[in-house]
Amino acid sequence: MLGIAINIVYLMLSLALLFAFIRLTRGPSLADRVVALELIASVVVGYVGVHAIDTGVSSFLDVAIVISLTAFLAAIGFARFLERGGVKDE
Amino acid sequence: MSEIFVSILLLAGASFMVLAAIGIVRLPDLPTRMHASTKAGAMGAILTMAGVALHFSDSAVAARAIAFIVFILLTAPIAAHVIGRAGYFTGITLWSGTTKDELRERYDPDSHKLSSGLENKTGRAVSSRD
Repeated sequence: MLGIAINIVYLMLSLALLFAFIRLTRGPSLADRVVALELIASVVVGYVGVHAIDTGVSSFLDVAIVISLTAFLAAIGFARFLERGGVKDE
Repeated sequence: MSEIFVSILLLAGASFMVLAAIGIVRLPDLPTRMHASTKAGAMGAILTMAGVALHFSDSAVAARAIAFIVFILLTAPIAAHVIGRAGYFTGITLWSGTTKDELRERYDPDSHKLSSGLENKTGRAVSSRD
């Protein structure tokens, strides 16, 4: 039961990753790409959580926390770069 | 029994993430894309972490999962606000069906100043932002 659900969840998360990657490559402005990057980080956190259940290793939760933290800091950094006169209206 | 609940939580979380990804591809401009991705993506991560906490049924794992959920709830709105603000200030084009843009007459892109619209009534000087 749980094994089938985990396989379905892996498949759905891969689909979400593919869609976010499409927006990452096509996004007309840098802000769109930053939004796509943040969604990719969120999907990867989902992968790590499901993998923790799949393997039974609870230490993967620390990995998820670190990925989430770096994604937050990257978003703040990109926003500061944009506001301090980075790329203007590509 | 708990396997069924864990499966439901994981499937719900993955469904939210797929919805967020579809929204980020299909929606027309930056604010609507952020509307889809930030809220649904955070909800997906929160439901997945709830499934992890329920599966291990260990107080240390549950405490870490709850700490993660609190962290997501704190940081997701801040990141969305900051990116939306930076995107607006760099001059993204809004969707043609946008009906309300309250910043358009208040914000001056040359001097990077935002007026509240109350300066002349109260007689105070225009407060300058950094």
